[in-house]
Amino acid sequence: MSDAIISFQGVSKHFGSVKAVEDASFDIQRGEFFSLLGPSGCGKTTLLRMVAGFEIPSAGEIMIDGQPMSATPPNHRPVNMVFQNYAIFPHLDVRNNIAFGMRKAGLTRAELDKRIDEALELIKLPGYGKRGAEELSGGQRQRVALARALIKQPKVLLLDEPLGALDKKLREQMQIELRQLQQQIGITFLFVTHDQEEALTLSDRIAVMSEGAVIEIASPAQLYESPGSRFVADFIGSMNFFEGEVTSSTGNTMTVQTGALGTVSVSDSRAQMTSGQKAWVAIRPEKMQPVFSDPGTGINTVTGTMGPSAYLGDRSHFYVHLPQREEPALVALQNLERSMNHLHKPNQTVWLQWTSDAVVVLPRD
Amino acid sequence: MNANRPWWRPDGFTVYAVIYLTFIYLPVLFLPLFSFNKSKYIAFPLKGFTLQWYQKMINTPDLLEALMNSVKVGVAVAILSTMFGLLAAKAVTRYRIPGRGAVMGFIMVPLVIPGIILAISLLILISQLDIPLSLWTVGFAHMLLCTPFAMLVLISRMEGFDRCLEEAALDLGENAWMTFWRVTFPIVLPGIVASLLLTFTISFDEFVLAFFLTSTDPTLPIYIWSSLRFPTKIPAVLALGASIFVISFFVVAFAEWFRRRGVKTDSTSGF
Ligand SMILES: Nc1ncnc2c1ncn2[C@@H]1O[C@H](COP(=O)(O)OP(=O)(O)OP(=O)(O)O)[C@@H](O)[C@H]1O
Ligand SMILES: [Mg+2]
Repeated sequence: MSDAIISFQGVSKHFGSVKAVEDASFDIQRGEFFSLLGPSGCGKTTLLRMVAGFEIPSAGEIMIDGQPMSATPPNHRPVNMVFQNYAIFPHLDVRNNIAFGMRKAGLTRAELDKRIDEALELIKLPGYGKRGAEELSGGQRQRVALARALIKQPKVLLLDEPLGALDKKLREQMQIELRQLQQQIGITFLFVTHDQEEALTLSDRIAVMSEGAVIEIASPAQLYESPGSRFVADFIGSMNFFEGEVTSSTGNTMTVQTGALGTVSVSDSRAQMTSGQKAWVAIRPEKMQPVFSDPGTGINTVTGTMGPSAYLGDRSHFYVHLPQREEPALVALQNLERSMNHLHKPNQTVWLQWTSDAVVVLPRD
Repeated sequence: MNANRPWWRPDGFTVYAVIYLTFIYLPVLFLPLFSFNKSKYIAFPLKGFTLQWYQKMINTPDLLEALMNSVKVGVAVAILSTMFGLLAAKAVTRYRIPGRGAVMGFIMVPLVIPGIILAISLLILISQLDIPLSLWTVGFAHMLLCTPFAMLVLISRMEGFDRCLEEAALDLGENAWMTFWRVTFPIVLPGIVASLLLTFTISFDEFVLAFFLTSTDPTLPIYIWSSLRFPTKIPAVLALGASIFVISFFVVAFAEWFRRRGVKTDSTSGF
């Protein structure tokens, strides 16, 4: 057996007729930062709660460190959880919140105090031990919840959207801290989020879920740069899709005939497709380079007219109307200079260029 | 109130408030006043200071026995109805019970049934079952009356209780029993104290049910009512009333202090 700390083996959970999780089978490696990502209601929380033991799988088995868990109640599982609302005990101060799970650890008072001090140090709240739960900010509560779980030295730390309640700045800061913390202590994190940017930032690997099913498991870069399905390509980041049909395929180089982009050649395709198969040609907005004078070459270029645009600070988005495509293509441009004259000329002709490495081909049915 | 107004020229609201408070509290203050009065007739002018009625109170076994009866019934009723109320409140707020509304309504019915009706129906029931009337039957009736009050107090406390807290305790390695003692109980405690005090008070001064359902052991309200026919007994009753007044003042003050403490500790978790 490999070094899997958690192994889902055909795990399903049904609530009456609702199939919250459907036949999940995958492994999480020891020391990994693993995220469950998917739209609201796709079953992320349910999957996490089955690991914690709060929900019993309708079918299948969850193994933690090689041990089947179906007969183990939550209080005997070697995992701990950081709840979405943190669930800080309101009647206890920070120290006692952190010490809560250590009652049976068999430590002396002095040892326990030392451990709590270390935990407070770890979450950067030294000196906050005597604070009541109501005297903490959202970010501080989140840290206390982390310390309370980590002091138990779980084999896996479960986190259910722990950053959801924080404002953007604090969330970004906590993302960095969380990642550093995880690398520092080396505990496996199983992290639930519906925020794709957060998942990309934090994770070693991400499982993308939809309607109870795990669609794809891959590293952030792979999910973004060569997604395996249209759902994943669409859910993570933005993507322009063009209908087409494969005309030739040799090795991992393909040509696809599309209506809007003409003939597109693709290199290093993940999907191996054969001539005549229906396909999507997918290109990320930032990988379509706009040019405002005729580049003279017809290869990997399409001509369009400028539509509405949006200024986002670090970059600008604009829509380009292409002949033979109803929907305009979305193009993202880094604002490398402070003047952005190109944005303010609607109906101007624009040429979009891309490299064959930028193109993703996906099967279409 | 207008802060610029001199105190000797109060506005209408102040006058109203003063009159209102006087009407409520003046009669109550007669109780301790006459309990120290030398005359055994409750009438002005006062005749002089004495502690003899307190002495007499201590030396009236009937009275003390009635007091003890009421305390016994009150304490038992408070504990039992609070326990039932707690279980019911937990069931109602935690689990999805089919027909929850109907069950709730059923439990709450004694709140709205006139006491006399409840008393007569219970009397009929108890005599049909051939159960002898005693403090037990009074206690039973009081529990019926008090449980809905306990439930109301505790449900409002439990409704704001975050379910995740119990899961967190479980997750941190405690079993269901320890989770209850270390998390649920301390958080719900102010509600439990409030419920104990409320149900004890209701039972302690309940008259109608006790009147119908008691036999030879009177509770305090029954004893007081029957003493009214004997003017010589009244001053001792006044002394007792004054003592209870002082004790309940401290109990209520303590309860309020406790409640506020409770409110402070969970102001962040949505109570
Ligand atoms: N206790 C329950 N009883 C009945 N249905 C449930 C229960 N818990 C979850 N569900 C259903 O299961 C599905 C998955 O829910 P889950 O909470 O796992 O979603 P999620 O991915 O965590 O969503 P979100 O991002 O909104 O938190 C939903 O359709 C939900 O309504
Ligand atoms: Mg969820």
